[in-house]
Amino acid sequence: MKRVGLFIPCYVDQLYPQVGVAVLELLKRFDVVAEFPAAQTCCGQPMANTGCDNEAQPLAEKFLQVFQDYDHVVCPSGSCVAMVRHHYDAYLSGRPGFDQLKAKTFEVCEYLTDVLKIETVHGKFPHRVGLHQSCHGLRELGLASSSEMVTQSFSKVQNLLQGLTGIELVELSRTDECCGFGGTFAVNEEAVSCMMGNDRIRDHLDAGAEVLTGVDMSCLMHLEGLIRRQKKNLRVMHVAEILIAGERAGR
Amino acid sequence: MNHPRQAGQYVADQERAHWHDNVIWFMREKRDQAVKVIPEWEELRELGSQIKGHTLSRLDDYLERFESQAKRLGVQIHWALDAEEHNQIVAGILQAAGARKVVKSKSMLTEECHLNQFLQERNIQVTDTDLGERIVQLRQEAPSHIITPAIHIKHEEVAELFHEHFGTDLSASDPDQLVAVARDALRRTFIEADAAITGVNFAVAETGGFVVCTNEGNVDMGTGLPRLHIACMGIEKVIPRIKDLGVFLRLLARSATGQPITVYTSHFHGPAAGGELHLVIVDNGRSELLQKPKFNKSLNCIRCGACMNTCPVYRRSGGHSYGYTIPGPIGSVLGPSRNMKEFSSLPYASSLCGSCTAVCPVKIDLHHQLLEWRKEIVSAGVLPWTKRFAMKVASLVLRNTWLYCTSGRIFRMMLRRLPRVLVYHRLNLWGRQRDFPRIPDTSFREWYAQRNHEQQK
Repeated sequence: MKRVGLFIPCYVDQLYPQVGVAVLELLKRFDVVAEFPAAQTCCGQPMANTGCDNEAQPLAEKFLQVFQDYDHVVCPSGSCVAMVRHHYDAYLSGRPGFDQLKAKTFEVCEYLTDVLKIETVHGKFPHRVGLHQSCHGLRELGLASSSEMVTQSFSKVQNLLQGLTGIELVELSRTDECCGFGGTFAVNEEAVSCMMGNDRIRDHLDAGAEVLTGVDMSCLMHLEGLIRRQKKNLRVMHVAEILIAGERAGR
Repeated sequence: MNHPRQAGQYVADQERAHWHDNVIWFMREKRDQAVKVIPEWEELRELGSQIKGHTLSRLDDYLERFESQAKRLGVQIHWALDAEEHNQIVAGILQAAGARKVVKSKSMLTEECHLNQFLQERNIQVTDTDLGERIVQLRQEAPSHIITPAIHIKHEEVAELFHEHFGTDLSASDPDQLVAVARDALRRTFIEADAAITGVNFAVAETGGFVVCTNEGNVDMGTGLPRLHIACMGIEKVIPRIKDLGVFLRLLARSATGQPITVYTSHFHGPAAGGELHLVIVDNGRSELLQKPKFNKSLNCIRCGACMNTCPVYRRSGGHSYGYTIPGPIGSVLGPSRNMKEFSSLPYASSLCGSCTAVCPVKIDLHHQLLEWRKEIVSAGVLPWTKRFAMKVASLVLRNTWLYCTSGRIFRMMLRRLPRVLVYHRLNLWGRQRDFPRIPDTSFREWYAQRNHEQQK
């Protein structure tokens, strides 16, 4: 039996516990019992993306220590996984267990698709859904083909969602434009960040979405913040929440 | 220079910011259509990147080879260490020839060196002949985009400008009418010009020839009549062989404007009969940049502007918000290499979405370089202390699991209990336009611990 460590990003832990619960239950449906190591805190991405290496370094070290004994590490956030896989080299290169850590840390949809080899999730979710492609999941983890590149078109997340009966994935006019969260960018460049977010929301609403989903709760927190303030009629759910809700309704 | 402030002002005019975003997005869409019909596009990008990488690794050799080949063709070569020397050389050549009126085609290098101002102070009249550049010149502004310099100006505003300068009808704001007015005015300027200044898109070491790409034919119009032609290029413009040119012409036109090739690709192999051709080869910080392994890939840049067109920040904040000659992601990488302190806000003017890296025809890892610049800015102590302090505190809290959990609990309790005015105050930038999510009673870890406890019972 593989030991699977659940990596719940700090803001998900504090603000979106239901997303962590959804991931745990979703994994259980596929006979994976994940453990949540309680010593974990944050991967250090906010510090790293601000350029504060000295502040990110100890968090990367802590992360390695917490997760090194697991066979797999699964996380409901593309950008946190991208942090470990693509940006930890600056802090942990050469450390025992680091290469393995990079190779065994997965975003949850990636884990279902690439490790558990699940093609789709069966169930029922009769709603019009807009899929927001979070940038780091898209361009750093390769969860889907990005619109700039001339490559075969694919989307791991879409494949998983499409198995749900009744789901309608709406067509956006800009398929993978950034929502403007960008970590500290959201407050550093508040005006541009919010305009980007509002434009994304408009695109989803124009396409007739009832639910806006994505693999990164941070993007969704930013979009949900704008939606709540403007009292727009658009529900925000993490992909794992949709998959587990659909799976439950389908049984 | 403060990007968030400038950008905030631009975004405040929502109607204009949306218009700008849509106009530029249209260029990105045209680019997409033009590259998707080339099945080998990704290979072509790789090839372009490798040719540039190879050339930059032997730049001195290729520049010398280019120099000797160009001299054989009768080109007079000048080397300039910096902008000042470049301007002096150009002014010197013009003054020696007694040239008073100069027509100039688009060249970001001469913008970078502020050549126009330098020449005008010496009583030499410079007319920009690229329509967009002519418009920004008349408005006494800098270009806001490297391919479409006047993209930030609406037709109606151009009509007002032309009305003021050429006495044309204010209502003549149709693009065709505006082009006709500009063409009429420029034709006379071309005829009267004593000299032409052009940029250089590619200089071929093998042949000593160079190429300038335009869509308006203004390079040929400008260089056709005067006997003096001065071309200005940065040292990174050299490519090894004539057959490499095909790679870059395809990459450039499709990435820039979505055209299979620019309307005019003008090749120069020595001076016209009886004329003089001078080429000023400029360093201006490039060889210093070449020595920085983390950043020297930015010298791959062929100035196509695709990173600007795809950048969600550039499209909404406008080119002038960057305060540097070259805006957008590539400008945010090049600006700090010129002056880190002055341009320290530029690497942060990005959500690090990575679209620029994916669109770049010569595969510059733009968003990674932006991140690297942030690290440089922090280690040089240039980031404002408030931001550094916030990161220090956050890191201290997050290093200690107990402290993190306790802070999280207090934070959630405060958000739940404090009156709205105390949460959404002036200093809360997150909350200016955004609400916090509905604050849960327990964190995930509290739920998990409780569940495990119950299961064990």
